[in-house]
Parts: sequence; structure tokens; C-alpha cells
Amino acid sequence: MAGVGMKSALYRQSARRRGLAVAALVALAALPLLLQAIGQDFYVSFAARLLIFALAATGLNFIVGFGGMVAFGHAAFFGAGAYTVAILAQHGVTSAFVAWPAAAGLAALLALGIGAVSLRTRGVYFIMITLAFAQMIYYLFISLKTWGGDDGLSLPARSGFGPLHLGDDAVFYWVVLACLAAVLFLLDRIAHARFGRVLQAIRENESRMEALGYPVAAYQLACFVIGGTLAGLAGALIANHGLLASPNLLHWTQSGTLLVMVIVGGVGALYGGFAGALTLLLLEEALAAVTGHWHVALGLLLLGVVFYAPRGVAAYLHGLVTRRQNDD
Amino acid sequence: MIQLILEQALNGLQFGLMLFLLAAGLTLVFGIMDMINLAHGSLYMVGAYLAAAAAAASGSFVIGVLAAVAGTAVVGALLEVAVLRRLYARDHLAQVLATFALILIANEAVRWVWGDQPMLLNAPEALAGPVEIAGFSYPAYRLLIIAVGVAVALALYVVVAKTRVGMWVRAGASNREMTEALGVNVKRLFTLVFAAGAGLCALAGALLGPLLAVQVGMGESILILAFVVIVIGGIGSIRGALAGSLLVGVVDTLGRALLPWLLRAFLPAEVASNLGPALAAILIYLLMAAILFWKPAGLLPARG
Repeated sequence: MAGVGMKSALYRQSARRRGLAVAALVALAALPLLLQAIGQDFYVSFAARLLIFALAATGLNFIVGFGGMVAFGHAAFFGAGAYTVAILAQHGVTSAFVAWPAAAGLAALLALGIGAVSLRTRGVYFIMITLAFAQMIYYLFISLKTWGGDDGLSLPARSGFGPLHLGDDAVFYWVVLACLAAVLFLLDRIAHARFGRVLQAIRENESRMEALGYPVAAYQLACFVIGGTLAGLAGALIANHGLLASPNLLHWTQSGTLLVMVIVGGVGALYGGFAGALTLLLLEEALAAVTGHWHVALGLLLLGVVFYAPRGVAAYLHGLVTRRQNDD
Repeated sequence: MIQLILEQALNGLQFGLMLFLLAAGLTLVFGIMDMINLAHGSLYMVGAYLAAAAAAASGSFVIGVLAAVAGTAVVGALLEVAVLRRLYARDHLAQVLATFALILIANEAVRWVWGDQPMLLNAPEALAGPVEIAGFSYPAYRLLIIAVGVAVALALYVVVAKTRVGMWVRAGASNREMTEALGVNVKRLFTLVFAAGAGLCALAGALLGPLLAVQVGMGESILILAFVVIVIGGIGSIRGALAGSLLVGVVDTLGRALLPWLLRAFLPAEVASNLGPALAAILIYLLMAAILFWKPAGLLPARG
């Protein structure tokens, strides 16, 4: 696939980039205090939502960009995580330490099953079969009346998190940020580990790795499961955020949105999912404030990305900067 | 009981034929250009809206349908020349992103022009009532849809299987480079195919308009079904699209009607009424996953 070869360079972080990452983390952690200081508390909740989508998109980016598998059913894992938390809450299990791992675990199991079947196919057929499985999950949930059907399943309150009170938007935001930071750190480690190297080699040349005796399918399945697990965790968080597990989270357009985030942010870039979620959700928010017909503007911008920034916004900006440096 | 099954089978046939109108264009785009077009459902929506608007303006359903087909074919051709043509050489991710953007634009444009409320499209009055066939009554309008669907499928078969243009299309679907090397202008041919596909979408949208609601978002729900159809049938294959459409139409319709009833024979009523609709809804996706698992190239693949 074109444009996939550039990733490893982006994954290989120098010490300078690590310093930048820490600085960004500190800045993000200070954001709620800043927003409260200028009296824009509402945006703390919005920022938390943004980070949750960044987490889900990061999981998808691991599958698409790192594993080289274009999956079009990520909403299944996202929604499954959300519903797990809501269903557990319905049965009185409200501790985050039980419900969130359960959500991630269920998403992992689901990804294991779906991946094992889907990975027998390639290319377009892989896209379509992952979509089909996601649709199954979607229709399953909207037709089961015990779990809310079309209306979704609401949560009475956010999960209990030890002494921390997640009902406070700022606290919730920090917990989400901690999850995202931990995941990004972990993925960075995976990228440098043997497992990550093998995965990247499989992405570049599957048959060669097969010939070298690597269990290619097992590696790909593991990658798929990791991505799905992250989406499950993001789902648990989004259910907590809106206090609702909505069937919309499972709809195929949700898979599409997540994929769009990944492509916009940068396929295979460690921060691609984050950059994409940031760009897309901020654009939505900004355009919606300016015009009621913001979908048209967003659509045109996305077309612009396809034709003028094919490697994503992050790579495009990076390219602008390096070009200027070269000019100097 | 027999009557119910017959009626549902006819409904399934009718739904399947309409799916075929959508899938025929989609499978050629997919097959010849290896292009994922998520915006195909938007053409169906645009067609339905154009039909409703033209029918309301002229007072004639037939004029509405014809205007929708012509108008949407023009929209399709413009879209192909302006945007989609530049995507054929790109990877699937870029195609997904671009056509997803087109869905956003199309939905908002339709909302802009016609407003948020669903539009009303009435079937012609002469066909409003039921007719008697073989001892049971069936809505006349649905029979008309079946007739039109069969006629279009036959016409399409003749065009694709018996004419020179059809031969080029089949050749393009099975090996594009070779077809180009033999002197066929696949690019121009393809604009034509795309316009025709858009016209068929509009026909389906206009005919289904009186049965389903004409509203924003109608394209997205049916698009995925059309994808299921072409994957089941074999990408790029018109025959496959027809087989897949009928299979999906009948299995889906009969499943929804009969599964809850069948389950009640084995399971307690409460479980059956809960599980039945769920199982019926996922039936075609199970079918598709099973077919991809055992016959990864679809039932009637284009490349033999």
C-alpha cells in the first residue's frame, strides 16, 4: 500500500521527541486548570471526549498503519466496551477497576473471534468482512430490548474509581489523559520491541516473512486484538463520558469516522490517531459555531486532505517545516 | 401460512430487485476500477429526492421517476469527472476518506435544498390498491416494482452480454490493463458506466420512495446492504450482483417474517420474541461472513 513505508521513521523517537512528548503531556494536564481559570469549564468535558476518540483512533491506527490491515469495523469494539460498562452498571457493578478491564477484555475476545475469521481474507474482502461483523454486533444490540434497543443503555453515574470522584469533569479528564498517555507509551515500546519489528516487516512484505518461518497470521491476529482492546477501553470511557451506551457508537459511520481520523492524522504515525481526533473534532466544533451547514465545509476539507495531504495532517505540517528548514 | 410465505417471498423478490439496481453500478465501479465508493448510497438518496420534487412539481409519478433518473445520471457523471476519477489510482484508505467526505457533503446539500423533514412521494393512484393473484391479494404497486426490476435486469443483461459496449465493460472488469492495451478508452467508458449506475440508483430510490421514507441518511443504511450483495456475488460480476441481490432480499425478508415464528417452536415465547428479530437482522451478515469464509471470491466471480 502506498504511503505505508514512511512509518518506522515516525515511530523511532529520538530523545528530543521524547522531551516534546513530556512537554505536551504537561500542557495537556494543565488544560483543565487553564479552562477553569478563563471560565470555559464546558470545554473540559469536550477535551475529555476528544482524548477518548484519540484513544479509539490510536487503537485503529495500530491495526491499519502498523499492522497494515484496513479494518472497517472498529465501532464494534468501541461500542462493545461502552455496552459492557453500561450492562455491568445495570447489574450493580460500578467499580472502574472491574468494569473497565472487563470492557477491554470483552473487546479483546471479540477482536480475537472476528480477527481469526477475517484474517483469512485480504484487501477489499478484509474491509468488507470486518464491516459485516460490526454490522452484526450493531443489529444485535438494537434488537435486544433488554439492553435498551434503539435508545441505548444509560448509566446512572460515572464509574467508581477508588478515592477519585469521576463525576468531576476535570478529574475524569485527567484519568482519560493518563489512559491515553499510558497507551501511547506502551505502543511506542511495542514498536521498538521484537514483536513490533516483526509486525512492520510483515506489513512491508508478508510473503517474505512467511517464507522466513514467522507465524504471520498469529502476529497479525495479535495486532488486531491489541487494537480492538484499546477501542474497548475507549468505549468504556465514552460510556462514562456521556453516561450512555448508544447504538450510534456501533454504527458503521462510527467506524468510518474513526478511520477518517486515522487517515487525517497520519496512517501509521504514533500520534496519528491523536492528531486526527484533534483535527476532526476541533474542526467540527469550530465550523459548527460559524455555519449551520458545517458538514459541507468539513467534507470539502477532507477532500482537500485526500488530494493535497495524502499522508495526513501531521506529515503535511512536518513536510512544510522541513521544506522551510531546507530552504534556509 | 402458505399465503404468508408466498407474500413474503414476493416482498423479498421485490426488495432484492431494488438492491440489484444499486449493486449493479457499485459492483462495476468496484470491479473495474478497484474503487470503494461509499457515496453510492448518496446517489440513491439524491435520486429519491429528485423524484419526490419532480413528482410534486409536475403532478406525475412517471415524470418524477424519469427526471430523477436523468438528473442523477448527470450528477453521477459530474462527480466521476470532478472527483472520483482522481481516486482510482489511490489506495483504499484514500477512497474511503474521499467518498466519506462526499457523503457528508451530499447529506448536507440535500438538507440545504429540501430541509430536514422527510419528503412525501406517493405511488400513482391507479396502483394504490391491491390486486388478486392466485387467490391472495398483493399490493399493485409492489407488483409494478417487481415488473420494472425484472425488465431492467433483463435489459442490463442484454446490454452487458450482447452488445459491444457490454463486452468492453466485461473486459474492463476482468482485466483493465489488457482492455486498455487493446484500444478501448476505459476512462470514457467508465464515466458512462458510472452515469448509468447513478441512474439505476435513482430508479431504485424513486421506486422505493413511496414504500420507505425519503429522508437524509436513507443512503447509508442501504449502501451497506449493496456492499454485502456484491461481496456475496463476487466483485465486478453483474450476474453475481443479481444472484446476491435476490439471495439477500429473500433471506432478509423471509428471515424477518419467519424466524421469530420458527424460534417459538423450540424456545420459550419470551426468549423467542427477543432473539428472533436480532437473529433475523444479522442473518445476511452471517451469510456474507460464511460465504467469504468458504468462497472468498464470492459466488459468481468476474475473473474466472
